[in-house]
Amino acid sequence: MSEKACGTGVQTSLNDTVFYKTQRRLALRNCGIIDPESIDEYIAMDGYKALGKVLTEMTPDGVIDEILKSGLRGRGGAGFPTGMKWKFASGNRGNVQKYVCCNADEGDPGAFMDRSVLEGDPHAVIEAMAIAAYAIGSDQGYIYVRAEYPIAVKRLQIAIEQAKKYGLLGKNIFGTDFNFDLSIRLGAGAFVCGEETALMTSIEGNRGEPRPRPPFPAIKGLFGKPTILNNVETYANIPQIILNGADWFASIGTEKSKGTKVFALGGKIKNTGLVEVPMGTTLRHIIEEIGGGIPNGKKFKAAQTGGPSGGCIPASHIDTPIDYDNLLAIGSMMGSGGLIVMDEDNCMVDIARFFLDFTVDESCGKCTPCRVGTKRLMEILDKIISGNGEMEDLDRLEELANYIKSASLCGLGQTAPNPVLSTMRYFRDEYIAHIVDKKCPAGVCKKLVRYEIDPEKCIGCGMCAKNCPASTIVRTNYTAPGHKLASMEIKQENCVKCGACMTNCKFNAITKG
Amino acid sequence: MKKKLTTVEFHGTKEQEEKLLAVIAKHEGEKGAMMPILQEAQEIYGYLPIEVQKIIAAKTGVSVEEIFGVASFYSQFKLNPDGKYAISVCLGTACYVKGSGDVLDEISKQLNVPIGSTSADGKYSVEATRCLGACGLAPVMTVNGEVYGKLEKKDVKDILAKYV
Repeated sequence: MSEKACGTGVQTSLNDTVFYKTQRRLALRNCGIIDPESIDEYIAMDGYKALGKVLTEMTPDGVIDEILKSGLRGRGGAGFPTGMKWKFASGNRGNVQKYVCCNADEGDPGAFMDRSVLEGDPHAVIEAMAIAAYAIGSDQGYIYVRAEYPIAVKRLQIAIEQAKKYGLLGKNIFGTDFNFDLSIRLGAGAFVCGEETALMTSIEGNRGEPRPRPPFPAIKGLFGKPTILNNVETYANIPQIILNGADWFASIGTEKSKGTKVFALGGKIKNTGLVEVPMGTTLRHIIEEIGGGIPNGKKFKAAQTGGPSGGCIPASHIDTPIDYDNLLAIGSMMGSGGLIVMDEDNCMVDIARFFLDFTVDESCGKCTPCRVGTKRLMEILDKIISGNGEMEDLDRLEELANYIKSASLCGLGQTAPNPVLSTMRYFRDEYIAHIVDKKCPAGVCKKLVRYEIDPEKCIGCGMCAKNCPASTIVRTNYTAPGHKLASMEIKQENCVKCGACMTNCKFNAITKG
Repeated sequence: MKKKLTTVEFHGTKEQEEKLLAVIAKHEGEKGAMMPILQEAQEIYGYLPIEVQKIIAAKTGVSVEEIFGVASFYSQFKLNPDGKYAISVCLGTACYVKGSGDVLDEISKQLNVPIGSTSADGKYSVEATRCLGACGLAPVMTVNGEVYGKLEKKDVKDILAKYV
């Protein structure tokens, strides 16, 4: 951690450091504090007390009302009110089989808060799922975890075994007639399985393709039965809402986004890691104060939130208080909370292409707008970054992006064009530089980069020519005043833009532009 | 992730098949058991060749077309075995903005193994992987599960030198 994060002088506690001082840890409250493999330590932190309270003191409808009143919204991305979801699935209790599922398929690149909760506080998720099961009248739950998180899977398994041994899962929990059992299902590396209907199709043992909605999962979900699905971080908030009350939770955050949000702060930032702050905290505070700013004296360019479904937020919006609605208004979204900081060395056209490459790869292929549309979008971007773009391409990008958004079957396709649209909205000049000037201002797009030797600075040592894999650097006839050898020159037609010349030049005579 | 059909010859043993049959028997009657069966089958064989899919089809009554549909859909299911040293470079966003693409290209170049494939002698496989959730260490790569973080292009040579 940098000096700024720790402040200077003697610290009295970890919570006084700049990194932690303004954080408010609710979902992460036990992470790193308790031994995740010990149910006793969880119980010592009031664990399973909320489950005891709902089973012995509250009616199922009372639980749903409390969650509704708290204003908790889904932390997985879309921000749907959790209590509402539960209410939709609560009809006909006791007469039909229902399922409670947990989405732990954290596929959003750059987000790792769910992993942290599962690895650091697995019982919180189990307790919350039992509470949800009681509320809607279910006796079976599934946790769908990414196979890329082996430690999380192991700790969940241990936690489930312990809870069964203590009678906190199984039959007649807390001496009541409430039964609840929990199974783990492993994902197999498909991003689309984070979409609720695709996740359920995958648990059923099929290709993880989404289904049209309606019918919504609350009516017809897993195995055709009423099902609720919540994200790990959403569940991690539930026990505390029950224990401390809906009013307590609703007092944190903004008018329409209650509580806290965990962000996975990464990219070009000094202090990386999980940051949990009240909703409504500004991006500037997270990046400059908690994150300690951009390293190497570089300038902030954009923050990417929402992963492949989100967008890039430019410096002009850095003072926006972050909540669900504000992020949507500026063309991004909360998503699962990945927050990747980019500096002036990142090319926004390249970033848009990076995310599209991801969605093209992860599109399940079921609906045409997403399967074919994202591919065509990427081809236009490829054309632009290879220097063949025309101004009309910008209109084509926008038109196609809007078609894909409105016509795709599931959230993956409906949000896939966001990275393109948001970078075009805020960094249009960069697109134009690629198209008109055939230049990549950040020097990232290889086909547009041009390496040049400044003959005045070049002393003619020849190190560049020696290291050039394409043998395209030759000596000129010009010797700069004060130098003994003639300067070198790059013959552009054979240059492979590898940058080896620049890396090996000790006299800063080579520029990239 | 794009997948190639199995290109290596199948060398399954009798013991492996017995283990597989035990796995299938264990999941009999369980709802939605295809994913766990395929996952456990891959642990036994290291990958999921068509021969293995056929055994599963015969025992579960699910058509081999459907099983192939599932096996080829998910990137974790491998239709070809990994190399002796399985190298994965994270192309999650945090890693990418810090240059993991260059690291991946460098590895592919130094080993002369195209990204997403295995060397002819079966020694190295090089692939791009989805976010490993170790974004604080970006850029990250793993070799047979061993994690290397905060990489630069120049680190590649020394890391690869450990695996010969």
